[in-house]
Amino acid sequence: MTDPDELRRRTRALLDAHDPTGTDRLDFLRARYDAGLAWVHFPHGHGGLGAPRALQAVVDTELAAAGAPDNDPGRNGIGLGMAAPTILRYGTEEQKERFLRPLWTGEEVWCQLFSEPGAGSDLAALATRAVRDGDTWVVDGQKVWTSSAHNARWAILIARTDPDLPKHRGITYFVCDMTDPGVEVRPLRQITGEAEFNEVFLTGVRVPDAHRLGGVGEGWKIAQTTLNNERVAIGGQRAPREAGMVGKVATTWRERPELRTHGLHRRLLSGWVGAEVARLTGERLRQQLTAGHPGPEGAGTKLAFARLAQELSGLEVELLGEEGLSYDDWSMRRPETVDFTGREAGYRYLRAKGNSIEGGTSEILRNIIAERVLGLPAEARTDKDVPWKELAR
Amino acid sequence: MTDLLYSEIEEELRSSVRALLADRSPHQAVLARCETAEPYDRKLWRTLARDLGAASLAVPEETGGAGASVREVAVVLEELGRAAAPTPYLGSSVLAGTALLALSGDEGADELLAALASGERTATLAVPLSTAPGTPRGAGFPAAVRADSAGTLTGTVTSVADVGTADVLLVPAEGRDGPGLYAVEISAAALTVAPRTSLDLTRPLFDIALTGTAARRLAGPDRAPAALERAVLTGAGLLASEQLGLAEWCLESTVAYLRERRQFGRTLGSFQALKHRLADLWLDVVGARAAARYAAGTLADGDPDAPVAVAVAASHCGDLAVRAAEECVQLHGGIGMTWEHPAHLYLKRAKADQIALGTPDRHRTALAGLVDLPEPAPTA
Repeated sequence: MTDPDELRRRTRALLDAHDPTGTDRLDFLRARYDAGLAWVHFPHGHGGLGAPRALQAVVDTELAAAGAPDNDPGRNGIGLGMAAPTILRYGTEEQKERFLRPLWTGEEVWCQLFSEPGAGSDLAALATRAVRDGDTWVVDGQKVWTSSAHNARWAILIARTDPDLPKHRGITYFVCDMTDPGVEVRPLRQITGEAEFNEVFLTGVRVPDAHRLGGVGEGWKIAQTTLNNERVAIGGQRAPREAGMVGKVATTWRERPELRTHGLHRRLLSGWVGAEVARLTGERLRQQLTAGHPGPEGAGTKLAFARLAQELSGLEVELLGEEGLSYDDWSMRRPETVDFTGREAGYRYLRAKGNSIEGGTSEILRNIIAERVLGLPAEARTDKDVPWKELAR
Repeated sequence: MTDLLYSEIEEELRSSVRALLADRSPHQAVLARCETAEPYDRKLWRTLARDLGAASLAVPEETGGAGASVREVAVVLEELGRAAAPTPYLGSSVLAGTALLALSGDEGADELLAALASGERTATLAVPLSTAPGTPRGAGFPAAVRADSAGTLTGTVTSVADVGTADVLLVPAEGRDGPGLYAVEISAAALTVAPRTSLDLTRPLFDIALTGTAARRLAGPDRAPAALERAVLTGAGLLASEQLGLAEWCLESTVAYLRERRQFGRTLGSFQALKHRLADLWLDVVGARAAARYAAGTLADGDPDAPVAVAVAASHCGDLAVRAAEECVQLHGGIGMTWEHPAHLYLKRAKADQIALGTPDRHRTALAGLVDLPEPAPTA
């Protein structure tokens, strides 16, 4: 299935059978999934048609023009961007059958139980344990920075199943039911005042072995699939000029001539150039993907995004002067979607601080670029061959 | 959105140019020539311009060219930047070539353009290399040279590139009826050409003095300012590709060095402090490629976004190339400070290129007008 016309025909057939204006939203999304038009590069029967990923744009364009509902991707970013590709690659047929459809339609939101208070960038140092007890695993530990945990039905979870092995081995990958006894989600209030993330405490949680993804001890390898997909999901969309943070500050500049100073003008223009260069880099990456020759540029997309978002949001607060001394609202909320540019300048400034930490810190990304793209030697590692239980923590 | 990738033909062109430069213009040869009276290897230039057809790429077939576009010219510039090769490509094929192309239909301009395209003759545009695009008509047209009623020129132009190999100078001059573009033979009487001691050893600059010098007018007030503006805009946009190639060489050679060199019992490249600097540099090189391709593409397509694209590419790539060359010198340690290592050729070229055809700061200032981000009002 590589023919755009055939995809267009199938999309129109879906629209003919389910008029988006008269069909229940969920019914429409389910029908779209069943027609293989959810993610066209997935296999038949799992929301796709085995088509090239680039052809998704053909479907999306037709559906958007017809006013069809979307699956609210911002609400289930972890599910769509991280859990789905991992389940597709490593899941059993039963797991794919059970999880993928309600994940895509948004009926079931997912979260990710990876990071821990003692294992952030050094994720492989994780201490949450899973001990086998017949057909189930008993999980104990604490996770942190879990976005969407308060809305999530399911989680992807990595836990240590053999502490006698070095840290990268002895980790196993599971799907965890967030409604199970022993799962406790506590809001984690952040720098912005809201609780977008959570702490998750796991106490004697019983995960059936049928919810193990891949082999025992293969968790680290599988987690790499998840994390690589996370970075793809964060970059890569097509954006118009002045999208995002640069648009916010440029609008303020245009509308408020009394705030302008020469120093800020220089910084604004530098930031504008940086944002446009980043946009063109993304566009070039997209063209490479469409041509079937993905380049290494994607490795830097998130790094560039974080740098720009921080620079421009900081500039905007400064530009606002006295208004920049105020904040829109400190009350603790638990938002359902991630929104980097919503609310006011102070929020944007503070939220952007997370852009260089979440989903791999900028320092880790620089290591990845230096080692995998430039081929520089790895950092000296003192803990590589030491059993996990003997590591200083 | 214009195509930001390279076509197969462009990749073939790149390979030919790279192979030629590796064979005929290695760093030792450039270093050996750069302090002599002949920094440019004329035989290499003939091969590049004539045999590889690099001089004719953007010239239409009916004028004796290859009928390609400035996209291909940009690829040649990437390779020239990567090799820090001394050739008059910028002055002759880009600046003079674009000005003549803008005058297409004029017999004298077409004839000269065909001669440049064939590699038979070489020219340059007689403006200071620091001239920036976007200067308003009238105030911007250089008035340094005046044309009298007999059509002879008087005046001086300083810091002109690629005069040393030029057969013809294209001189902007103010006549009684307004601005014009004139062709002056380098052999003309009453023309003096004085070499400057240039920061960039691989692109020496000259001051020219005209004292009633015989000239042929190619265009008058109706076409000359637009042709000059087009040449400078195109030059600035394509110089970004030279800067990209230059930065790529600096990054690659530094990475290669840090993978070999050991200190403190470790390979230097395994130190995080150095890896992070190179990762950041790589990211800016990746951005430079996208920006330079976009500038070349919009110039080739006649896209109205070209002035914005050029300002973005010129300001990003100009600063990036300098940073790449500075990092190259610094991370090579003591060896980076020596004359025998080529790093200094790149640093000098990068710093001069940063000023050439508008500094990054000037391009950002131009951008303010183009994208409606006005400067603050003057304080009372």
